[in-house]
Amino acid sequence: MGGWAIAVHGGAGVDPNLPQQRQEEAKQLLTRCLNLGISALRSNLSAIDVVELVVRELETDPLFNSGRGSALTAKGTAEMEASIMDGHGRRCGAVSGLTTVKNPVSLARLVMDKSPHSYLAFSGAEEFARQQGVEVVDNEYFITEENVGMLKLAKEANAIVFDYRVPAVGLETCGAVAESPIMMNGLPISVYAPETVGCVVVDSQGRCAAATSTGGLMNKMSGRIGDSPMIGAGTYACNICGVSCTGEGEAIIRGTLAREVAAVMEYKGLGLQEAVDFVIKERLDEGKAGLIAVSNKGEVACGFNTTGMFRGSASEDGFMEVGIWD
Amino acid sequence: MGWAIALQGGAGDIPRTLPAERRETREAALRHFLAIGVDALKAKKSPLDVVELVVRELENNPHFNAGRGSVLTSEGTVEMEASIMDGNTKRCGAVSGLTTVVNPISLARLVMEKTPHIYLAFDGAEKFAREQGVETVDSSHFITPQNIERLQQAIEANAVQLDYTQPIQKDVKKETPNTDSDSQIGTVGCVAVDNDGNLAAATSTGGFVNKMVGRIGDTPIIGAGTYANNLVAVSATGKGEAIIRGTVARDVAALMEFKGLSLKEAAAYVVEESVPRGNVGLVAVSAKGEVTMALNTTGMYRACATEDGYSEIAIWPSVQN
Repeated sequence: MGGWAIAVHGGAGVDPNLPQQRQEEAKQLLTRCLNLGISALRSNLSAIDVVELVVRELETDPLFNSGRGSALTAKGTAEMEASIMDGHGRRCGAVSGLTTVKNPVSLARLVMDKSPHSYLAFSGAEEFARQQGVEVVDNEYFITEENVGMLKLAKEANAIVFDYRVPAVGLETCGAVAESPIMMNGLPISVYAPETVGCVVVDSQGRCAAATSTGGLMNKMSGRIGDSPMIGAGTYACNICGVSCTGEGEAIIRGTLAREVAAVMEYKGLGLQEAVDFVIKERLDEGKAGLIAVSNKGEVACGFNTTGMFRGSASEDGFMEVGIWD
Repeated sequence: MGWAIALQGGAGDIPRTLPAERRETREAALRHFLAIGVDALKAKKSPLDVVELVVRELENNPHFNAGRGSVLTSEGTVEMEASIMDGNTKRCGAVSGLTTVVNPISLARLVMEKTPHIYLAFDGAEKFAREQGVETVDSSHFITPQNIERLQQAIEANAVQLDYTQPIQKDVKKETPNTDSDSQIGTVGCVAVDNDGNLAAATSTGGFVNKMVGRIGDTPIIGAGTYANNLVAVSATGKGEAIIRGTVARDVAALMEFKGLSLKEAAAYVVEESVPRGNVGLVAVSAKGEVTMALNTTGMYRACATEDGYSEIAIWPSVQN
């Protein structure tokens, strides 16, 4: 029992036809982020510092849907949100509606540490960012060519593209080439789509922390807030665990998913993996989502009911794994 | 089984020395809104309709911190937020950063029913309001002289006040009876259950006096200020930051569901154990038609009624509990 543990994710719900090269890129990024976290843990950084550090790295890399590489609003802009929670004391910080802040998760941390509040959004958050002197850039910085293309597709289909993929009903094997195109919200998609990111850590003192960051839904209405900045939904940490979720925002919110994992551990005495499995199986109804979690005992777990989740996990006993599929 | 309803007009440091006139105005309002809710339940309106209806009334009343009568941000503006949740389906809707929408709770309901999303905020929410044709007015409609005064006090004390509370202790002016000991306005909310065990919860607020522009509290956060499932419906009020970290509304439900606590026990546990003193109050009803109103603050404006004839209007903790 004990020892540190870390998990990262780049989103749940992956196109089974995702080109091999993309899969490799994703795994490399996850590995790099995991290693970053592991070094930090070995240098005795606290859980809250490690989750921030790792999510910053995920935000900076354009591969996944957060920070640079965020999914775009209907207006073609990036509108980002994030939250972070320190299990020790259950302090938390969240931000929404960011358009110029290079690292949303760090602003969320500043809200937690340097403001009297827990959640700041839109112009108030941007103002706070300037007061705090965090790095700001033009909105263009966050926009990738690929996402501009994805937005066009989404508009053409006049649908919201979720930041993950689910194959049409009837497709049972993942990895198999489908005869008909994979449908996602009425849209045939053959391009890799970016995903929400997150990190959960328990440090060698048994303190848990969690952080989640995203650009949200492709083609979303400006002003739409999802689960990622919502404490209890997309992110949660207390003295027994840390959780970060990804997938259908609406399902995660109504299922208060991250809090749920902690609640069944706390109130039903379930172990970490049991709790994760229970929540994924019983708390999602028709919703599609995945999550990563760590416990204060040094355990790490993940669960998803989607076709795959970009993830990586490691623990002090030498365990390390990066994966996409089941 | 039977219907039950509870509503709250804010929890906080409501002084027992509250001038009689102020107390009576608020008690009368609570009584009136309770009657409206009860009539609606008797007329077989759905709990979702009932909670929206009652919260609209509370928003329109300038003595409570929601809609008209909302407390002011540090810039002297109003930024309102609300959320609503239907217990059966767990569908929910939330809004933040509203400045012109007369009834935030109704916009939250529209987000739930007319969009694929749950939560819209600031400009996007205001735009949606116009698309939906809801009633909007100039922001000045929401601002009351009392709130301008409270903001001034808070700025002078250079502190963020809860949306009620006594003036900061070093302020000696307190001795005049007509000063702003009228600070006890707070979040508003309503929970209801009908004869068939359908549950709903709704909460609405202007937030914290002197809050930073863009500050979001617990009220629009599903699981914090508002929650409903097929066991219970909860609306919480108090210090937003503490309610968020305590996932208060969800916790009441989780304790009932996972630990088998009764409604009363679950609510008591949350206000006594999960959230520091002076920070929270809540109202809740269960699918069985029970009601509870719990607080760890000095007071909470509240009212409740059940089908078997029980009813209560109160501000301070009841002695027999």
